[in-house]
Amino acid sequence: MKVLVPVKRVIDFNVKVRVRPDGSGVDLQNVKMAMNPFDEIAVEEALRLREAGKASEIVVVSIGPAQAAETIRTGLAMGADRGILVKTDQPTEPLGVAKALKAVVAAEQPGLVILGKQAIDDDCNQTGQMLAALLGWPQATFASRLDVEGDAATVMREIDGGLETLRVALPAVVTTDLRLNEPRYASLPNIMKAKKKPIEEKTPEELGVDLAPRLKVLKVVEPRGQRGGKRLASVAELVDKLKNEAQVL
Amino acid sequence: MTTLLIAEHDNATLKDATARALTAALALGGDVHVLVAGKDCAPAADAAARLAGVAKVLHAEGDALAHQLAEPLAALAVALAPPYEAIVAPATSGGKNVLPRVAALLDVMQVSDVTAILSPDTFERPIYAGNAIETVQSADAKKVLTVRTSAFKPAADGGGSAPVETVDAAAAVAGGAAFVGAELVRLERPELTSARIVVSGGRAFQSAENFRKYLEPLADKLGAAVGASRAAVDAGYAPNDYQVGQTGKVVAPDLYIACGISGAIQHLAGMKDAKVIVAINKDPDAPIFQVADYGLVGDVFELLPELEKAL
Repeated sequence: MKVLVPVKRVIDFNVKVRVRPDGSGVDLQNVKMAMNPFDEIAVEEALRLREAGKASEIVVVSIGPAQAAETIRTGLAMGADRGILVKTDQPTEPLGVAKALKAVVAAEQPGLVILGKQAIDDDCNQTGQMLAALLGWPQATFASRLDVEGDAATVMREIDGGLETLRVALPAVVTTDLRLNEPRYASLPNIMKAKKKPIEEKTPEELGVDLAPRLKVLKVVEPRGQRGGKRLASVAELVDKLKNEAQVL
Repeated sequence: MTTLLIAEHDNATLKDATARALTAALALGGDVHVLVAGKDCAPAADAAARLAGVAKVLHAEGDALAHQLAEPLAALAVALAPPYEAIVAPATSGGKNVLPRVAALLDVMQVSDVTAILSPDTFERPIYAGNAIETVQSADAKKVLTVRTSAFKPAADGGGSAPVETVDAAAAVAGGAAFVGAELVRLERPELTSARIVVSGGRAFQSAENFRKYLEPLADKLGAAVGASRAAVDAGYAPNDYQVGQTGKVVAPDLYIACGISGAIQHLAGMKDAKVIVAINKDPDAPIFQVADYGLVGDVFELLPELEKAL
């Protein structure tokens, strides 16, 4: 079974985000970029399926600018077999990305698509569900456990109030939650090896998809400012403040 | 215009998230119809009809809808969609699961996690874990929105007496996924996302035993829900369901007490809209103090029992 893992290039998890003063967006100049952390979990899960003899090939795909090839390379260094870059300089939205992925799925015919539940830049949490809808496939989102047996997968999902277990017929789309696994680091020999692995480039036009954004971003601003942060000397003072000043007790 | 709101319920009861999403749906300006789709879900449909402001309840019954799996529920919503200008669901794990499927089938780009409705086509939503707020305008003919429930007050329960109309659920066919089981945490405390007070613990507790011994009695004394940072969840001190933050739950209670939580930006994203924030931490330089209204520097193992006693 072939596993397709879509990955997104985003601002590194540890970077402090700066909003541009003119309100046009977030400053991405000279900022460290990395693979979306949920997508790393998706790559790791695919690798574990291959190690367990349940996946034969892992294809990492990204839709984005030329630099997204670096993100694909990260997946290849972790152990994926080859990459596909759908190159676009437009800002991407989940709907357009899902359409591009649908076209990639049509060409690659994977048995499973595993991707992160959300990207930590736009926090949309949509792409996997949209891809499943466009393909007419079942979905298992927010997975914290994945077992593949034959032509079905049993997936434990993180839901409000606890856990839910679903059985989905393959092919299917699975999106990852944090507890699914801990992604490995790429070793130096594997990073070297990854440089020789193939990355195929495609354009949205070749795939016949329109990536033009549907949402117009009117402005981006900083959130509400910091608070007073009064340091109190004792528990008694805290209780007094909560009762009499804040009036929340 | 008319808006379709997809209700969050467990067949027997309607979730508070529905009443909050209703407030957002009403802010779009038109009539709101609430879809209650499930199996033996008449009690939830009746509860939806009592919410103030609901014009009509659509009650759909079907075996495939028993657990509100995404495939049948989305198919039903799409079948019902033609007369509606907007389709709204709360940004709960249920709404996040099903609504993008609806949006894709309608060829609409969904607006996720809406925190303010500025006009029927313009919305505010947080990005980058709440470190920036974007205002977006949708050009799609239909609007598909999930709304952050903590940003909207619940519509009044009672006062409404909307008609309940049974709708054909033939479109709701299982789409290759089957429900196997669920393990739901039995809550003896208020639900995290709707509690008036939340007491949260972090890595400083050092063990699950300490978490239970020091944090939970304080929560019970206050009638509060219990939350946790991702660090505490990852370390196994608290179940994942307690997680407050970018990838966990987003809460906006009247009072949030962060105990032994350093305040990583991913955690702040989940709680900084609380009305009053208290931080208790040994490290005087912990970032949590920057977002707190009141700070106490000290050891949680000493301060929490003292606080519990003083209440």
